[in-house]
Amino acid sequence: MLELIQEFELLAAFWMTIRLTLWSALFSLIIGTFVAIMRLSPVKVLQSIGTSYVNLLRNTPLTLIIVGTSLVLWGQLGLEPASRDSSTFIVDLNFRLAVLGLSVYHAAFVCEAIRSGVNTIPLGQAEAARSIGLTFGQSLRHVILPQGFRGAITPLGNTLIALTKNTTVASAIGVMDPAYQLDNIAEFRPDVLFLGFAVIALGFVVLTLPVGLIISALSSRLAVKR
Amino acid sequence: MSAQQVLFDAPGPRARARHRILAVIGVLLLLAALAWVLERFNATGQLEAAKWTPFVEWSTWRNYLIPGVIDVLRAALVAIVISMVLALGLAMARMSDMAPVRWAASVFVEFFRAVPVLIMMIFTFFFLAYNAGTPDSWNPFLAVVTGLVLYNSSVLCEVIRNGVYSLPAGQREAGLSIGLSPSQVRRSIQVPQALTAMLPVIVSQIVVITKDTALGYIILYPELITQARRLASQEFNVVPAYLVAAVLFILINYGLSKVAERVEARQRRKAHTAGAIGSADAIRAEARGGRAPDDAAGDGDDVEVR
Repeated sequence: MLELIQEFELLAAFWMTIRLTLWSALFSLIIGTFVAIMRLSPVKVLQSIGTSYVNLLRNTPLTLIIVGTSLVLWGQLGLEPASRDSSTFIVDLNFRLAVLGLSVYHAAFVCEAIRSGVNTIPLGQAEAARSIGLTFGQSLRHVILPQGFRGAITPLGNTLIALTKNTTVASAIGVMDPAYQLDNIAEFRPDVLFLGFAVIALGFVVLTLPVGLIISALSSRLAVKR
Repeated sequence: MSAQQVLFDAPGPRARARHRILAVIGVLLLLAALAWVLERFNATGQLEAAKWTPFVEWSTWRNYLIPGVIDVLRAALVAIVISMVLALGLAMARMSDMAPVRWAASVFVEFFRAVPVLIMMIFTFFFLAYNAGTPDSWNPFLAVVTGLVLYNSSVLCEVIRNGVYSLPAGQREAGLSIGLSPSQVRRSIQVPQALTAMLPVIVSQIVVITKDTALGYIILYPELITQARRLASQEFNVVPAYLVAAVLFILINYGLSKVAERVEARQRRKAHTAGAIGSADAIRAEARGGRAPDDAAGDGDDVEVR
C-alpha cells in the first residue's frame, strides 16, 4: 500500500486536492458574497443580474465549465493566467484554470447558502436596523450579513464538502489530482486497481469527515441564540 | 426573513436617484463584460458564419446533438430509477430493528456519500474493462450509471429518512396502537408519507443526477460534451459547439428545476402527508453533494420561509 502511495504520488495528489479546495473556496466565497449582495440589494437590475448568474451557473455541469476554461477561455480566447517563461507553465496554467472554473461554479452555491442564512434572521432585526436610521449598506454590514453568515455555516460547510469532492473534475484538464492518479493506476498497475480505489476513496473520507464534524460543531456554537 | 423589502425602506427621491445610478453602473459593467467577450470572439474569428452554420443543418443535430441529449437522458433515467429503488431499501435497512442491518446500511451510505462520483465512475469503468464480460461499448454507460446510483441512492436514502423523522410521532404511535408491527408501520404509514413530503427534494435530486451525467465525458461516455468535442473536431468550431452544449444542458436542467418548484407549490397546497414539505431549493443549494438532506427536511429554518 505504501509502495502504491509512493509510486503514484498519492500524497502529492491529495495535496493538490487541498490546494484546489482552499483557493477555490476563497474565491468562490468572495464572488458568492458579492452575488448574494446583488440579489439582496434594492436595485432591480442588480437583483436580476445576480439571479441570472445563479441560474446559469447552477444548471451548467461542472465538467463543461472546467473543460470550457481550458478549451474555450485559454485555447480559443487566449486568456492565459500563467507565464510562459515559467518552467512549470502547463502545471500552473491548468491549476489556475481549474481554480477559476471551480470558483465561478461554487460561487452560485455560496450565494444561495448566504441567502438561506439571511432567511434565518427574524424580520425584527432588519426593521430595528432601519428604524435606527441605518442605510441599506450599513444594515447589511453591521446587522444582516454578520448574522447571515453565522446562520449559513451549515450550507456553506456542505458547499465546502461538495467542493472538495468536485475538485476531482479538474483531472479533465490534466490537473494531477487523485482521479488523475486513479486513471494511471488503472492503466499501469491494473493488478492493484481495487487497492488504489480503496486508498483514494478513504483519502476523501478522511478529508471530508472532519469538515462535516467541524461544521456541525461550529454551527451549533456560532448559531445566533434566539 | 421572507419579504426582502424589509431590508430597505421604500426609496425616497434621493435613494431612487442613487438606485438608478447603481443600475446604470451594473448594466454598463455587464455590457463591458459582454463586449470584451464579443471582442475576443471577433478577434479569434468565432463569429464567422462558417462556425455557426452547422447548427442550422439537420445532420449536425441528427449526428451529434440529439444523440448527446438522448444519452444524457438515458443514463439519468436509468440511474434515477435504480437509485430510487435502492434508496428505499437502504432507508428501510437504516431504520431497521436489527442492529447489524442498520450498521451495514449506515456504512454504505456514509462511505458512498463521501467518495466523489467521478472516482467511482473511473473505478467501475476499469473494473468492468478488466474483470467483467460486459461488451466494451457498454462499459462507459454502465460506469456512469453505477457511479450515479451509488452516490445518489445514499443521498436519497437520507432524504427519505429525514422525511420519516419529520413526521409527527402520532403517526407511528397510531400505527402501533392498531396492532401493526414496527416494520409494517414504516412500510405502510411512514415511508409513503415521507415520499410525498420529500417529493420536491427528490425531483430536484433528478437535476443533480442529470447534471452529473456530464462526468461521463471523462470516461468517454458519448453524452453531450463528448459529442460537442467530436463536432468541434469535425467543424473546427470549438466555441460554438461548447456554447450550444451548455445552452442545451441549461435548458434541460432549468426545466427540471421548474418542475421541482411546481411540485413543491402543489404539495404545499394539497399534500396528503402529515410531514413538512421539503424544499426543492434547500437541496439544490448544496452543489453536488455533501450532507444536503440533513437540513433539507428540516428544522424549518430555511425550509418554510421562502
